[in-house]
Formats: sequence, C-alpha cells, structure tokens
Amino acid sequence: MKLPIYMDNHSTTPCDPRVVEAMLPYFTEKFGNSASRNHSFGWEAEEGVDRARKQIAKLINADSKEIVFTSGATESDNLALKGVFEMYREKGDHIITSSTEHRAVLDPLKSLEKKGANVTYLSVDKLGMVNPEDVRNAITDKTILISIMLANNEIGTINPIKEIGKIAKEKGVLFHCDATQGVGKIPVDVQDMGIDLMSFSAHKIYGPKGIGALYVRRKAPRVRLVPMIDGGGHERGMRSGTLPVPLIVGFGKAVELCEQEMAEETIRIKALRDRLQEGITSAMEEVYLNGHPTERLPGNLNISFAYVEGEALLMGVKEIALSSGSACTSATLEPSYVLRALGVGSDLAHSSIRFGIGRFTTAEEVEYTIDRMAKAVNHLREMSPLYEMAKEGIDLTTVQWAAH
Amino acid sequence: MAYSEKVIDHYNNPRNMGSFKKEEDGVGTGIVGAPECGDVMKLQIKVENDTIVDAKFKTFGCGSAIASSSLATEWLKGKTVDEAGQIKNTEIVQELNLPPVKIHCSVLAEDAIKAALNDYKKKAATATTPEETAASAGS
Repeated sequence: MKLPIYMDNHSTTPCDPRVVEAMLPYFTEKFGNSASRNHSFGWEAEEGVDRARKQIAKLINADSKEIVFTSGATESDNLALKGVFEMYREKGDHIITSSTEHRAVLDPLKSLEKKGANVTYLSVDKLGMVNPEDVRNAITDKTILISIMLANNEIGTINPIKEIGKIAKEKGVLFHCDATQGVGKIPVDVQDMGIDLMSFSAHKIYGPKGIGALYVRRKAPRVRLVPMIDGGGHERGMRSGTLPVPLIVGFGKAVELCEQEMAEETIRIKALRDRLQEGITSAMEEVYLNGHPTERLPGNLNISFAYVEGEALLMGVKEIALSSGSACTSATLEPSYVLRALGVGSDLAHSSIRFGIGRFTTAEEVEYTIDRMAKAVNHLREMSPLYEMAKEGIDLTTVQWAAH
Repeated sequence: MAYSEKVIDHYNNPRNMGSFKKEEDGVGTGIVGAPECGDVMKLQIKVENDTIVDAKFKTFGCGSAIASSSLATEWLKGKTVDEAGQIKNTEIVQELNLPPVKIHCSVLAEDAIKAALNDYKKKAATATTPEETAASAGS
C-alpha cells in the first residue's frame, strides 16, 4: 500500500488514466480552435467537442444543445443564478434556496441580495434534507427561481429533487440544481427530475479541473439567461470564450466512464464506505454519523468523534488525506455551517471528519484508515479534558464555560 | 497549513499530560475555553513554598492549542508564582512559530496559566490565617 492515502474525493478526484489518454491528442495534433469553420484543424476540434457534448447530454438525459461549457461548477452556479435574475427580474425578485447549499450558490445569492433580490433560505431537517412542502409554501407570485442542491458536499445527503422539480413545474417557477456532487455518481435525469438548469463539473468525476457545464433547458420552458462573459458568442451566446477542447474531451470521456461503470462502481464504493463506517463505529465509542443514514452519496461518510477536535485529529492521521468541519480549518471561529444547520452542536461540529471514498480507494486503505483513526482518537481522548469530565460523570452541557 | 516542527513534536510527545486531584494541597486548576469554540484547556500547577514544582495539562483543541498548553507546563515548572504570572502569549507564539490564525491558542494558554494561578491563590488564601493573607496581599 502506498502512502499518503487519498480519501478526500468530495474535494476533487484524480484524473482517470483513460481520461488523460483521450485528452492527449487534443493538446498537440488536434489543437485547433473548435470555432474555426474553414479548415480541418477546426473541424477536428469541433468533432471532439461535439462528441463530449453528446456524452454529457446522454448521462443526464438532455439534448446536446442544452449543454453550456464553463470553467467549473462555481461558474455554472453563478451563471445560472445571476443570469436568471437579470433576465427575469421584471417578472419577480424572489429566489428560494436552502441553508446547506455550497458557497458557490450562497455567495452569488448574497451578491444578488445587494442588487435587490429577495432570497428565502429554507432550513433542512436533522438529516440534512430539504422538505419539498417547505419549497411549495415558500413560493410567492414573485418567485422566479428555486435553487436546491442534489447532494450535499459535506454530509452527502441526497435531496428529493424529483418532488421539488414537480412543484416547480406546477407553479411555473424555474428550478436550478447544483448537482456537482451527484452527477456521475448517482443516476440523474433532468426530464424525470424536472430540472431546468443544472451545474456540474469534471474534476469531481475523475476528469480534469477547469471545466464544468451548465445544463440549460431549451423546451418547456425555454430558459433564457443574461450572459456574464460576452465575446465571440460561443455556447449559444451564454458563455463566450474559446473552448478548452482538451478539457472538454476529457470531461466527455470521464462522463462516459461514469455512465458505463456506475452500477458496478456504486456497489464497490458503497461496500467500502459501509465497511469504513462499521469499522470506525465498532472500534470506538461515542462516534456519531452526520447526514442521512441511507439517502446519501455512496462514497460519503461524515462522522463526529466526541471529545476530540477535528483538526487535531487530522494532524494525527496526516498520511491520510481527509477533511474536517472544524473551525480551525477556516479563518473564523465558526465550525461547518452545514452541520450547524442540521442542529449538530458546535462541539460535535468541531469534531467532525469527512471521508470521501472514490474509484481508486482500496479495501486495504480502508482497513488502514480504521486502525489509524482509532489510535489517533484514543491518543487525543487521553489528552482531552472533556473526555475526562465525561468519564467522571459530569454532564458537559451543564458546565459554565468561560467562552472566549 | 503546515505546522512547525515544535508544534508537531508537542502533539506527538505531549509534555506533562495528565491531571492532579483538584482538592489536593497546593494545586491550582484553570479551565478555559468552551467546547462550542473548539478549544478547552485545563492547566494545573502544584506549588510548594511559592515555587511551582509540577504542572499538568489536558487540552481539547487543534494541534496548536495542544502544543501551547504542553509548552506552558514546561515553562511553569521551577518558576515562582509571581514569575509564572509574567508568561506572555507572545512568547508562546514565538517559541512555536504559530501563524496569525493560531494566536488565539496562545492567548488561551496564557489565560489558563492565569486561571490556575488565581485558583491556587484563592485556595492558599482560604487555607491560611487572616494575618498571613493580609501579609501576602500587601507584598
């Protein structure tokens, strides 16, 4: 087994070697500009882009004309939210979202609020799920857009997108879905789910960084957007700029592999995840699962280890790449807003670790991780005044802390 | 963020980790921070003849918080009560090469030292006769 171990696959994934292989000719021999209409270099590049567009459209059951390439999911989210707001603001100023969305959705909405948007942030239940009825009840005659994520990047909880899509359709409100963590990992069908706009990217699914897509519905209804980048009128005028052909070809290949292997891969990844969860919970006491026990991304495991602080724990297992909801990983003193929105106490939010199992994770790595986590948690609990107090039978919630 | 070697060393080999019985003679205990804030430090000193003969800590917090309190126990040993009160958080920052986002860890360690000293003084005052208290207060 090779160290360090990569178990942070929600953050990014390595490129699949088959993806790299597909991309390589497009850097050197097939380097043309896909917008060049008058020579074979351009046609060759365009062919690559067209193929990728079809591969991507097929995975989500869309038409290839509905795929707009962007630099990544953050840009897609920005284009969807700002583009819709600018285009439809005459119709209304109200947007509905949830409190556990990614910052790439929340931050553009914050900036739209300064421009007059009225945003409703729906709360989620304690497993991290949006209630479709809350969406229905929040809709007013001023509502122009609903933006709800498919699967959460921290806890992996999968939202009831189809129900929300149905409500959006009924009420005639556009529905944007940030599906960055879900596309390629769980089945996504924009027709069946009633999605009008959808953001996702390549690097979360073993493709290259720097390329993403926004699905923009063309029929029933035809969604129109004000572009954020003007220029040569590429991507049906919604996103100008010369297309990064090698990245797009890689994106297409990555998507194709996900489609071909999803069924099998899900079983394998889920088995590893379940073993990790079972191994950790049986090796230590007082560990708590964050998120939904079943409606969750197959590779996701988010656990709070009571009485130890997340960043200290990461330091104890530094040969394993993981992520923590602890505040110490950010510049503020606030721990994960996602966990806080679930009602997880700040103490347990500080103690949370996110494991992300991926295509290249092995059973051996999972066993190693269980063993190392148990050792690090024990080391830190021996050092923890909270663990000592809990063992003495003191209820920590009744202690008067000198907060700072 | 990369940790300094000194922080890593204190994390892997914490000095004076453990606890004294709070009610023991000459023991002062300081507990600062809150679980909601992600760090709680418990620092204890054992004083004999106005000199700190032993110190112990337990910390819930990040690596820098653990290192700050571990270092504090090393520095406390052998100091008089007054000398211990002079330890400044900036000295801890310097010794451990803490980055700006971790300065609050050193502040917490200084607070823990002060809290332990105050606890010791309070206990010492109630244990001694009124004349002695007045004398030490005047010194």
